[in-house]
Amino acid sequence: MKKILIITGIVTAFALPLNAEIIKPVDVSFADGAVETSLTGTPGDPAAGRVLMNKGAGNCIACHAVTDLQDLPFHGEVGPMLDGVGDRWSEAQLRGIVSNAKEMFPDTVMPSFYRTTGFIRPGNAYTGKAAEGDLEPLLTAQQVEDVVSYLLTLKE
Amino acid sequence: MNKFKALLIGACTAGLLPAAGVAGPDDDKLMVNDELDLATEVAAPAHLDGALGSTIYSGWRFRTDETQALQLDDFDNPAMLTVDAALDAFNTPDGSEGKSCASCHTGGPEEFAGLSASMPKVIDGKLVVMEDLINSHRQEVMGAEPLKWSGQEMQGMVALIGLQSRGMPVNVAIDGEAAPFWEQGKEMYYTRYGQLELSCANCHEDNWGNMIRADHLSQGQINGFPTYRLKQAQLISRHNRFRGCIRDTRAETFAEGSDEFRALELYVASRGNGLSVETPAVRQ
Ligand code: HEC
Ligand code: HEC
Ligand code: HEC
Repeated sequence: MKKILIITGIVTAFALPLNAEIIKPVDVSFADGAVETSLTGTPGDPAAGRVLMNKGAGNCIACHAVTDLQDLPFHGEVGPMLDGVGDRWSEAQLRGIVSNAKEMFPDTVMPSFYRTTGFIRPGNAYTGKAAEGDLEPLLTAQQVEDVVSYLLTLKE
Repeated sequence: MNKFKALLIGACTAGLLPAAGVAGPDDDKLMVNDELDLATEVAAPAHLDGALGSTIYSGWRFRTDETQALQLDDFDNPAMLTVDAALDAFNTPDGSEGKSCASCHTGGPEEFAGLSASMPKVIDGKLVVMEDLINSHRQEVMGAEPLKWSGQEMQGMVALIGLQSRGMPVNVAIDGEAAPFWEQGKEMYYTRYGQLELSCANCHEDNWGNMIRADHLSQGQINGFPTYRLKQAQLISRHNRFRGCIRDTRAETFAEGSDEFRALELYVASRGNGLSVETPAVRQ
């Protein structure tokens, strides 16, 4: 009994402040493709965002070229060059584009990085097998904030 | 060895250059063994209704010079080892009846000239691909074990039979009995599968000619299949390619040899109607 109480105490202590602020993928609200409120309340880290642009979670440069990332090989040309997006779009608009680009550009080929429902035959990552249980978004809430803060540094 | 080194260097340099300028197919001509001219660019079939513009291109036109070169001469083509092994198998008895393919097909694989150019096709109400013909013969008339779909014995045999049509235009029927299968394949082609929500068309119709990461996107044609993939160092089946492309969209893929992939194969083949059969092609 005591043990359980202690465990509950710990869980609540850690969970509360986080849960109170993180907006879940299904709860994100879009206005004209933009998302006003930070998904976490914690400012994004542009250096971490820069790393996410490369291989792995983000893999943005599979489709986009970015001059600031010239040290990395293989930039794609499926999407527009991202130089100057920090001038072209507001923070809220960039948060919307990264979270779910289909809100801003209907039918775009750009994946929705902070969305977990509405897919056809979702898989278990890249195994080719069916997904088990709830899907995780491609980027976590804080990773979205990190990427957005990096994009804001891309000024002409 | 030198060839592969050149290949690697070629690939890396291409990626480091600014992306602009790579777009589109190159202007190279594909002549095999200095005698067989293959059409790698022809007028788009009418059913595409302009979806790929006025011209369709073989995937060969999107590859580096080093990769292209391996397909110019059968002595350099690494697929030919597997094809030669299949020719041996064609002549070797197998199964309870003690027969080889050659026991009945006394004209050799040459008997099948033109067949691959019109596959898949509907036989007795079922959509049939080459792997089906081979395995049904093995099981029903030879009493032999079926071959594994994407194994090298099977794909070697598919390539051996395909080679007999090399240079002939792809010409699969999409009407009549084939129509419902073709419609099913078409619907799959435009379905945005997986967590990345990407359809075949998103990459091979909307973005052919563009770089996606390190890959120069082609129109995703299958006129060269089975193809020898340098990355995997073996012959790759059409269904294995489809499976890989769907898996890469973070989707639950379909099985090799499934009815879904038979239908998709018919539809994708029809997008290449008019291109020369190139089997066995070489790809990166
Ligand atoms: C599969 C390809 C693809 C991937 C991967 C991708 N995008 Fe995009 N992105 C696009 C396309 C295409 C557009 C153009 C919008 C449209 O379809 O009209 C776009 C548009 C954008 C825009 C607006 C650009 C402008 O100049 O106005 C931003 C910003 C952006 N993407 C950021 C990202 C970030 C950040 C990532 C990684 C987390 C990413 N994209 C991953 C394809 C992609
Ligand atoms: C016992 C005799 C026999 C053996 C052994 C045999 N076949 Fe056949 N095969 C036939 C006959 C008869 C036909 C034509 C009638 C038909 O389509 O079923 C045929 C047709 C085919 C066709 C279709 C030709 C077309 O134009 O539609 C293919 C492909 C084929 N055989 C491949 C093979 C292969 C490969 C093997 C060895 C693995 C093999 N066969 C072994 C008798 C045989
Ligand atoms: C995310 C982008 C993407 C999607 C979606 C995609 N592919 Fe591909 N596919 C590629 C790349 C990259 C290659 C290798 C370069 C090339 O030939 O385009 C490739 C190669 C191929 C090839 C080999 C072409 C050749 O010349 O040998 C075929 C066939 C193919 N894809 C079919 C499909 C089919 C069918 C689908 C839908 C089920 C599909 N692809 C979906 C990216 C994609």
